[in-house]
Amino acid sequence: MRNRLLMAGVSLALSYPTFADDIGSLKQQLDNLKQDYEQRVQTLENRLKKAEDTTQSKPINNQAENSFNPAISLILDGRYTSFSNDPDGYKLPGFMLDGEAGLGEEGFSLGHTELAASANIDDKFYGKATLAIHEHDGSTEVELEEAFIQTIGLGNGINVKAGRFFSAMGYLNEQHEHAWDFADAPLIYRGLFGNQLRDDGLQISYLAPTDTFLQFGVEALKGSSSEIGAWTAFANIGGDIGVEHSWLLGLSHWQADDIERTSGGHSHGDEHEEHEEHDEENHEDHEEHEEEHHMEAEHDEHHMGTPSFSGENKIIALDFVYKWAPNGNPKYRNFKFQFEYFKRTEDGTLTLLDSDPLEATSYDGDQSGWYAQAVYQFIPQWRTGLRYDQLNSGNSGFDVELLEEAGLSGEDHTPRRYSLMLEWLPSEFSRIRLQFNRDESYTDTDNQVFLQYTYSLGSHGSHQF
Amino acid sequence: MFKKFSLLLLVLVATPIQADIRIFACEPEWAELARALGGEQIYTATTNQQDPHHIQARPSLIAKARRADLLICTGAELEIGWLPLLLRKSGNPKIQAGQPGYFMATDYVILLDKPTQLDRSQGDVHSSGNPHVHLDPERMLQVAENLSKTLIQIDPSNQSTYQAKLESFSQEWQAMMQRLDKQIFTGKSMVVYHNSWLYLQQWLGLKQSATLEPKPGIPPTSSHLSRVLATLQQSPANMIVYAKYQDGKAAKWLTQKTNIPIVALDFSPATEESLIHWFERTVNQIAAILK
Repeated sequence: MRNRLLMAGVSLALSYPTFADDIGSLKQQLDNLKQDYEQRVQTLENRLKKAEDTTQSKPINNQAENSFNPAISLILDGRYTSFSNDPDGYKLPGFMLDGEAGLGEEGFSLGHTELAASANIDDKFYGKATLAIHEHDGSTEVELEEAFIQTIGLGNGINVKAGRFFSAMGYLNEQHEHAWDFADAPLIYRGLFGNQLRDDGLQISYLAPTDTFLQFGVEALKGSSSEIGAWTAFANIGGDIGVEHSWLLGLSHWQADDIERTSGGHSHGDEHEEHEEHDEENHEDHEEHEEEHHMEAEHDEHHMGTPSFSGENKIIALDFVYKWAPNGNPKYRNFKFQFEYFKRTEDGTLTLLDSDPLEATSYDGDQSGWYAQAVYQFIPQWRTGLRYDQLNSGNSGFDVELLEEAGLSGEDHTPRRYSLMLEWLPSEFSRIRLQFNRDESYTDTDNQVFLQYTYSLGSHGSHQF
Repeated sequence: MFKKFSLLLLVLVATPIQADIRIFACEPEWAELARALGGEQIYTATTNQQDPHHIQARPSLIAKARRADLLICTGAELEIGWLPLLLRKSGNPKIQAGQPGYFMATDYVILLDKPTQLDRSQGDVHSSGNPHVHLDPERMLQVAENLSKTLIQIDPSNQSTYQAKLESFSQEWQAMMQRLDKQIFTGKSMVVYHNSWLYLQQWLGLKQSATLEPKPGIPPTSSHLSRVLATLQQSPANMIVYAKYQDGKAAKWLTQKTNIPIVALDFSPATEESLIHWFERTVNQIAAILK
């Protein structure tokens, strides 16, 4: 036993040197391998570096505002509305309502479905067109809401826009309906522009090279003339106060020496008592007169004519916007205050088209109004807002009765409206809004409820301040 | 009117003002990178308390963009809600897409998480991939090299300065990368608010076990949070991470339920904080939790 152990020990001791030799050669091999790999890595690195050096000035990726060209977006807008008064009886004393300026349909209806395509056309121009599709008196209408081209990077802060566009008058005017904070336009927008002022023309603006935002611009617009029918001039100033507050102040002026405006027909009150008196003589050929009031409206329009103004028209506007967000991070909480004031003075002739004999009067228009609104996003996805509207008018003319018929007599009533809204925004692309209005546009107070959805599909638009 | 205006135009074109290059940086990380590489007049559009996805095209930003010689942003649709408007309104040819003064960092690196399916039911996805590349030090080096070239292209008279700055930045940056001990992060997992930390996770070897947002850009919902909670009770994560500009409520709730440590990180450098300092600080904050 002992001998065996000893022998094993001796043989182990004898074999040890060969064992050590093996390790040595392994080490050698490993070193060779390491050197080989290091060399290879080095050459690879050199090759990579070479490749990088030749390509580095070129971007690997190339991204633009849109992966598609052009960027397409579709706005879906639907609503359920309820009015305590008949919406067809809507009027705004002292203001001639035109275009789409009515209250819209009661019950379920679609708002503006907007289809827009936009893109940088080349390195010098950007273009955008928006089609608005909407229902009007039971038929679907397609309207070219805007179609313009705009320069990009012309230099020295100058921008030129041409085509059909929303005028830079005021603050809200340039924003699309889907970007508004309330379901309907401020009363003054409804009264002066039939919700929004847009025209065909040319806009040139200049941005001053200052730390404070300072912008001036002019617009030449078609108006109602074959040449340049209207002009606007606007100036904006804005900036930040610290990180959390920002503001924008604007002053604008619109002028047309010879403008023609015709009421859209929704406007003048069909249940108007003065009208009834005038109507007496027409009664015999309209037996169905009393049956339905909208029949009566048609009847009124037909026989009383549509009021139309022609003459000189000036509007001045003042707008102010203030925004706040904690740390300047508006995602979770933010606040916005907005105020606009408009004043229009007109001097010209008021005619009742289709009246026989043609009735006309001299007319001096003086219409003004303002609104103030505050919107607060109190928690993520939820916003609430308050708005107050007020209008004033002091129109005068030779034929006071005609003014009354045209709805331009103020009727000793100050149109007012109180609005309250609550919004839920599940994502950046969707919004559901509940709005309540106490509308004192005319003497009968109307309680209005809107339940509205607005969805945006397609390219990710960027919204103005 | 037109005459006056064209006269004004002429006067402006005829008198260019030559000064040091003005840099407009969309986020603080690009401002700090530009500063490290030799940029001097730098305006930063956002702070690290603000979510760069949701900035408004404020008048002040338009005014700054008007005068910039170089625009440095992340790109990859991160600023899509506001940058296109700034560019159009600025009337500044130097910073328009395709010009040397238009520098999008994500244009120079390969992006991860490029969606194969573009559908908004998946949330506010970025079609070109995850844009938050500034959290990957390797990619930052690539961006730095390209930005330095851009600076030279715009301001060739200071070429040697920019080259020297790049050299010293790269050295310091690489030294920082060496200094950081990545071993303790390997295999550890984190719950995040938004998929903002992807590149950092990749570099450190961290795993992401859940996001508090049910879909990108959609704030946490209670049903989603309870699902996350259930997952975490099955297999707990090592930490819950959110950026300081993000809403911390959901993260805090989850911490209370699970006792998983929570950390709020600066997604970008603080005011006047260097890029290296910020990055090292951020990684060390995560390391401190794991120790």
